[in-house]
Amino acid sequence: MSTDTAAIGSVPLLAKAPRGPRHSFVRTVVARLRYDYLTLFFMGVILLAILSAVFAPWLAPHDPYATSMILRLKPVGFEGHLLGTDELGRDVLSRILYGGRMSLMMGIVPVLMAVLVGGLLGVVAGFAGGWVNMIIMRIMDVFYAFPSVLLAVAISGTLGGGVVSGLLALTLVFIPSMCRITETATTQIRGLDFVEAARASGASSGSIILDHIVGNILPPVFVYASSLVSVSVLLGAGLSFLGLGVAPPTPDWGQMLSSLRQAIYVQPIVCALPGLAIFIVSLSFNLVSDGLRQAMDIKA
Amino acid sequence: MTGMITQTDDIVSVRSLDVVFHSRQAPAKAVSDVSFAVKRGEVLCIIGESGSGKSVSMRALMRLLPADRTKIGGHITVDGQDVLALSEGQLSRVRGSSISMIFQEPMTALDPVYTIGEQIAEGIRRHEKVSRAEANQRALELLELVRIPSPERRLKNYPHELSGGLRQRAMIAVALACRPALLLADEPTTALDATVQIQVLILLKKLQLDMGMGIIFVTHDLGVAAQIADDVAVMYAGRIVEYGSARDILLHPRHPYTMGMLASTVHGQDRHRDIEAIPGSPPDLRSLPPGCSFAPRCKYALEACTKAVPPEFARPGGGYARCIRMTEIVHQMGAPQPVHA
Amino acid sequence: MDDTLVPRRPTLKPVKQGDPRDRGGALQPLLIVNNLRKHFPIRGGMLKRVVAKVRAVDDVSFTVMKGETLGVVGESGCGKSTLARLLMNLIQRDTGELIFDGDAVGEKTGITLRQLRRHLQMVFQDSSSSLNPRLPVVDSIAYGPKVHGVKTHAARDTAMQLLERVGLRSDLFAGRYPHELSGGQKQRVNIARALALSPRMLILDEAVSALDKSVEAQVLNLLRYLKTHFSLTYLFISHDLHVVRYISDRVLVMYLGEIVEIGPVDEIYEQPKHPYTQALLASQLSMDPAERVTEAPLAGDPPNPVNPPPGCRFHTRCPYAESVCSANAPRMDKRADPLSHQVACHMHDLASGHSRAGNPPRTLPQASQFAPKLALIGA
Repeated sequence: MSTDTAAIGSVPLLAKAPRGPRHSFVRTVVARLRYDYLTLFFMGVILLAILSAVFAPWLAPHDPYATSMILRLKPVGFEGHLLGTDELGRDVLSRILYGGRMSLMMGIVPVLMAVLVGGLLGVVAGFAGGWVNMIIMRIMDVFYAFPSVLLAVAISGTLGGGVVSGLLALTLVFIPSMCRITETATTQIRGLDFVEAARASGASSGSIILDHIVGNILPPVFVYASSLVSVSVLLGAGLSFLGLGVAPPTPDWGQMLSSLRQAIYVQPIVCALPGLAIFIVSLSFNLVSDGLRQAMDIKA
Repeated sequence: MTGMITQTDDIVSVRSLDVVFHSRQAPAKAVSDVSFAVKRGEVLCIIGESGSGKSVSMRALMRLLPADRTKIGGHITVDGQDVLALSEGQLSRVRGSSISMIFQEPMTALDPVYTIGEQIAEGIRRHEKVSRAEANQRALELLELVRIPSPERRLKNYPHELSGGLRQRAMIAVALACRPALLLADEPTTALDATVQIQVLILLKKLQLDMGMGIIFVTHDLGVAAQIADDVAVMYAGRIVEYGSARDILLHPRHPYTMGMLASTVHGQDRHRDIEAIPGSPPDLRSLPPGCSFAPRCKYALEACTKAVPPEFARPGGGYARCIRMTEIVHQMGAPQPVHA
Repeated sequence: MDDTLVPRRPTLKPVKQGDPRDRGGALQPLLIVNNLRKHFPIRGGMLKRVVAKVRAVDDVSFTVMKGETLGVVGESGCGKSTLARLLMNLIQRDTGELIFDGDAVGEKTGITLRQLRRHLQMVFQDSSSSLNPRLPVVDSIAYGPKVHGVKTHAARDTAMQLLERVGLRSDLFAGRYPHELSGGQKQRVNIARALALSPRMLILDEAVSALDKSVEAQVLNLLRYLKTHFSLTYLFISHDLHVVRYISDRVLVMYLGEIVEIGPVDEIYEQPKHPYTQALLASQLSMDPAERVTEAPLAGDPPNPVNPPPGCRFHTRCPYAESVCSANAPRMDKRADPLSHQVACHMHDLASGHSRAGNPPRTLPQASQFAPKLALIGA
């Protein structure tokens, strides 16, 4: 290869390269998060909430369904009942631990489903552009026109209440915003030169989406999804509060809040506890999402 | 040499300016020990490549760097005022009256929701007590001054309605609204086409002579410097490596970096030979090499170059070069251009 | 040295004897572009009707010989980047044909787009957005071959070799991510990526414009080296006239979507015929403070390519414009030798009716003589 071109000589190799180990995206984000103590703390809170929901049967001091007419509405710290009891004499701590299962599921599952469905629609709309984009996005706009709470209540009510219809309702509520986020991100990435370069080397649309688009839209999607979880927890609780989500006596934070509110003048602190749980989990997801956004903000 | 800087007819004088950026990683020394002065009616070009500290030193003059992450050391005097000692309120009075600034991209410097006329008039009224009508009249005159065709109509235009060259002229008009003594120009012609760039450069030079302004003009383009500069400062890795009159520096460079820059700028080289490029890339400002920062890329470097930062060696005819082999290299070559090996 | 005065013809040497990819023979142009046109519609109003057209590339024809470098110069909005994307088929052309080494692109008897893309690759300007930030550079380079069915392992090996070819030590750089590289290093990776399919022709769209001068010189040297080693043909698009003069064999000057002048590099630079080319060259800055330009050769900005002026598109800025210039569009002689020096200007057409026809001026007059034209340029 080089015999006929000795006249031009060779190119000197650049020996200078960045020092240290490879800085992949994930590594860089992890390295940044290590010093973001606030985000780490709230990640810990979320982990704790999930673990305590998963291990509720082992952690709960009492049966969450065991009622007692004698032990109704006892205050926080009452003997054997660390967080008091509710209007039917059930242990509030146990019910909050068990209730976390439903509430966290209502928070996480709809968001995951919305990421899949809305994300797919968004990528297709953003990548195809033109009339495909217009049809998909106009349909999404119709859903956007309704306030999310109203929409969730309407869908869940139409479907007849219950956990499954609650999950479906929340999923449908989140699909439009998820779709819009991925559509925007995809449109941005699609216009960049490296996508053009991939097309210029003959890659098909499918492989461009898989190899070049998905990896680049994941960070914003991930950040947005984690902030949606907090909304979903709140909305899920709201549905249960209205009697559209989880049916009694299954413990759920929203539904607990709903039934305990009648006792607000008797045991105000105990009544506020499920609300506090909702508040802490929701806030944690929000702050973690914010921390992730900062950590993932890497200039290429 | 350095004694001249303290003279009183300077509108700006900078002495031993240091700028350090603090970030998650090690602090970056963006500007080290930079001194220069500009008189009224004088144009100083700061030439350098990206990361050389040319824009940072200029922004430091107006204290436009984020205060929480930057440490500025040294002395900056503008129009007799110690910039580093001013309060925010005093500073904003200085900005736009004694000093104004023009940028590479006018769209980011002009406010998209106001017309050109409103922006100029607002600038005038913020610093001077004049009536609205008077300010509008002045705005019209300014547009005429920067040679914008049909200025009455253009006053009512929004920035996005203007072409690139007109937008740049409008930004100059905004900057000149309060007759600044010093204009800071950060690559204002880099984004323009060749036929438009030359128009803007000629306009700036004419305005500068007519109004007796001082201009500090930051650029990476040696041709632009040749067109507009009286004095030239060449920056590399945060330091001024060579300083002198435009003619001396561009025709008779003494610092190996300046020589390398001139040689690697394509202008009529023999196309059958490689261009004489400077090998390697500029150093990381977070871990500068000891001694002369250019030594690792310099073909004249000696052991001694890596020991201490070279002091200023006076150039014949004024100015200086920070190279311990300055006289030697010139002597060896007998010509300013280094011989191709 | 020896041939600075004699106008150079493109040298045909770099086509290796027996290159298996060569189909048409040494004298068959590598790329022939005929009447290429792209108008972008601008839609407005409720019904999204076409209200105007950007005539980005309008009836452009030229030829690229094997082994030469054709420089393309022009100001922003002249259509040079659209031209690059049309040649790469990244955007659909409205009309016109591309003939690559004798084969029409995208027609039954010719070669497919996919085949064309093996032979024709492009290096983009913006080195920061032209690499996928989530991929190590070696994978970005190996991507093209993988798309064309090369096994992952073999594609990575090729990529490692190419990294060394463009001057980057593969052991140090292969695993790096784009944000860890400097602008010059990224542009080297971009070049390696373009070479990964062993193309015969590279389109370089402002490939060195964003780089610092010292890095630009390194990359230009690299391009020179690669051209010989890989038997490449270049289409070099740039707004920098000095760089184009250094690297090109022939030069094509574009103004508002049309070719105004084309010819051997030294003829264009030493005897420019079109007033626009003359103005462009006169706008170049000297490196000598004693040779300052005191009068701008042209006033105003290039007009908007939306609804460009009728007739000769340059007549609104041209000091020699006459009524014929706004009435008829000058044409280049299509039957002339495609490698000769050609210009689209009425002053160079004896039959045009322009008063200076046959006696065209060699340089521009001083700008002040036609300053009143400034008012025409608005809108």
